[in-house]
Amino acid sequence: MNLFTANNITKQFANHRALDDVSISVPEGSIFGLLGPNGAGKTTFIRIVNQIIAPDSGEVLLKGKPLQPSDIEKIGYLPEERGLYKKMNVGEQALYLSQLKGLSRPEAIKRLKYWFEKFEITAWWNRKVEELSKGMQQKVQFLVTIIHEPELLIFDEPFSGFDPINVNLLKEEILELKKKGATIIFSTHNMASVEELCDHIALLNNSRKILDGNVWEIRKTYKTNSFEVHFTGFDGNLGTVLPPAFEILDQSSVNEHERAIIRLPEKAIPNELLALLLPHVRIVSVHEIIPNMNDIFIRTVTEKQNLVTSSLTGES
Amino acid sequence: MKKIFLIIRREYLTRVKKRSFIVMTILGPLLMAAMVIIPVYLSTMSNETKNITVLDETGFFYGKFKDSDNIRFHYVVSDLNTSKENFDKSGDYALLYIPKTELSVPSSATLYASGQVNMNVKSYIRNIMSKQVEELKLEAKIQDLKLQGDSKATTTDILKSIQASVNIETIKIGKQGKEEKSYPEVSMVLAMFSGILIYMFIFMFGAQVMRGIIEEKTSRIVEVILSSVKPFQLMMGKIVGVAMVGLTQFLLWVILTTSIITVGTSFFMTKTHAKATTDQIMKSKTAGVMASQVPEGIVKEDNDTSTNEIFDAISSIDFPVMIGAFLFYFLFGYLLYAALFASVGSAVDSEADTQQFMLPITIPLVFSFIMAQFIIQEPTGPLAFWLSMIPLTSPVIMMIRIPYGVPYFQLVLSMVLLILGFIGTTWMAAKIYKTGILMYGKKPSYRELWKWIRY
Repeated sequence: MNLFTANNITKQFANHRALDDVSISVPEGSIFGLLGPNGAGKTTFIRIVNQIIAPDSGEVLLKGKPLQPSDIEKIGYLPEERGLYKKMNVGEQALYLSQLKGLSRPEAIKRLKYWFEKFEITAWWNRKVEELSKGMQQKVQFLVTIIHEPELLIFDEPFSGFDPINVNLLKEEILELKKKGATIIFSTHNMASVEELCDHIALLNNSRKILDGNVWEIRKTYKTNSFEVHFTGFDGNLGTVLPPAFEILDQSSVNEHERAIIRLPEKAIPNELLALLLPHVRIVSVHEIIPNMNDIFIRTVTEKQNLVTSSLTGES
Repeated sequence: MKKIFLIIRREYLTRVKKRSFIVMTILGPLLMAAMVIIPVYLSTMSNETKNITVLDETGFFYGKFKDSDNIRFHYVVSDLNTSKENFDKSGDYALLYIPKTELSVPSSATLYASGQVNMNVKSYIRNIMSKQVEELKLEAKIQDLKLQGDSKATTTDILKSIQASVNIETIKIGKQGKEEKSYPEVSMVLAMFSGILIYMFIFMFGAQVMRGIIEEKTSRIVEVILSSVKPFQLMMGKIVGVAMVGLTQFLLWVILTTSIITVGTSFFMTKTHAKATTDQIMKSKTAGVMASQVPEGIVKEDNDTSTNEIFDAISSIDFPVMIGAFLFYFLFGYLLYAALFASVGSAVDSEADTQQFMLPITIPLVFSFIMAQFIIQEPTGPLAFWLSMIPLTSPVIMMIRIPYGVPYFQLVLSMVLLILGFIGTTWMAAKIYKTGILMYGKKPSYRELWKWIRY
């Protein structure tokens, strides 16, 4: 079941169209990656979900019902452009932001105590925000985002500004939240984290959705039946031993062995490749190359751009 | 609604706790009190003996004015004109003229002087006179009661009936014998003072709203908050919160200033007042014996003659209207401008960029401030009328007009227009705010702001 559905969202700003007929569904209990180059419309989309701005047309459904103003309390949002009141005490500020999310004061204090201890920032409760390091400010921001235990969490570039140790801490927390049943929307450029965390993605480019689906499915559809083979005992060109249908994309020596990337003919299976190679080489390892999200991202975006440019030149 | 209260609370508390607020709250009354106390203090410093001629047509006060350390009283029996002429030649400090009255008990006197009359001298005379008048009244009352054989009258009744307020008018005599009322033009002072106060308040706290919004924008907290509340709530919360800070400051100033002045003047005035005060204490003691159930206000009345003086002076002014109007224009003038300040704050990225948008806000304010001096000269003219109707200038201008008397329909019309103006600017500001607050990077032009309003 989808926790969150956006149907045919369009948003026009004065000079440009930020979102053009975008539909996105986020299954309940999943981590959803919202990807796209800068200016693709991700932030606009997220702001619409948060009811900071309203769409010109289209509908946004939360659990099948149109979004209500009171749904704000069911959503936690960590914006990309985030900050805190610099002159305010950390604890007071966290309390204020939690209360704005609808928690009562005693309840907010109770939960904040728990999280401050967990993140080891209890000693900072009475300090001013400006005395905190950037990483610590980010921690405070993260915990006030999740303090009201929202059903839908939206993180816009959550890992920027964190050191690797805190990135790990954050990842663990996010996975923990997922385990507890929260649905998470992730907006990011960091493709490694997308592969690691996301179940589904949608790729926005130039205000349109150009790709969406299950991460694994997408990667599978983008694979080209290519294999990476490591071997020893042969230092000539593999092309001499393979039929021309087997395309050698790359061959190089790595440490003590040779490495080759070979694209198989359609419908061919790796066994055929091995049968051809075995008489000549000693195999160290073989594995299929499944394109990572980074490649898919770059490929899809540039393809679309080329398409747009070619269609434009074709018209003119 | 609960959220807007949270915002108001935060805006209020963070500002009230600031060191600058506390410093301002203490420093302001000290300065204002100093402006009042120092002249009083200086006047008590002068030990020069003041000769006062008393022309008492009633005959009740002969010999009653006791000489104090530096005041000498002389009694003459003559008519007013001769006395005035003599006074001119004598170089005396003042001439006290108590005219004959139709009623048995005199209640007013005129003090002629060549210069400004010292407040101490005046209150010293007033004290003695009212004491004397009360004694006269009490005597008459007792006589009355004896005649009627009425024993039902309570002490409270008696005290109330003998309560005396003496009205002393001061008249300055010029070199050529030209007379002019030297009452400090209280209306003018009051008009200017309230006008300036409103002007200052709008600027100080309006700018605070603007700065607060810029702070939220540059620290990038605004989007975090906007995911919990509507932009309008955030804007109004800030405006109202800051308004309450302003009212708190104002109230603290009033309380602190009056208490400092009261303590200060009573401290400095003890020297000249020694006699009068002992008299007062004596009297209040006897009064205390007489009536334990006397309502407090009555006995207290003659203790604060110096404040009475000011109140006497402005008794011609409709005070409830004055105070009510002050609070109204204070608040709504601020609200109208604060909305404009808020929209400027939301449109820019830093305080340095505010200049170009500040101009249309400051011009009407500064203009009304400059116009104030012309309005004072002609408080009922067409300029005064129109400027007190236009919402952008009415808060300052109307306050200047009120001490001179304003017809009620004009006042009500001006208030209604101001409220409409406030709704209008807030509506407009909310539109600009909503778009501006999430815009970073480029400085918008007026054309873009216009687009945002219509958007």
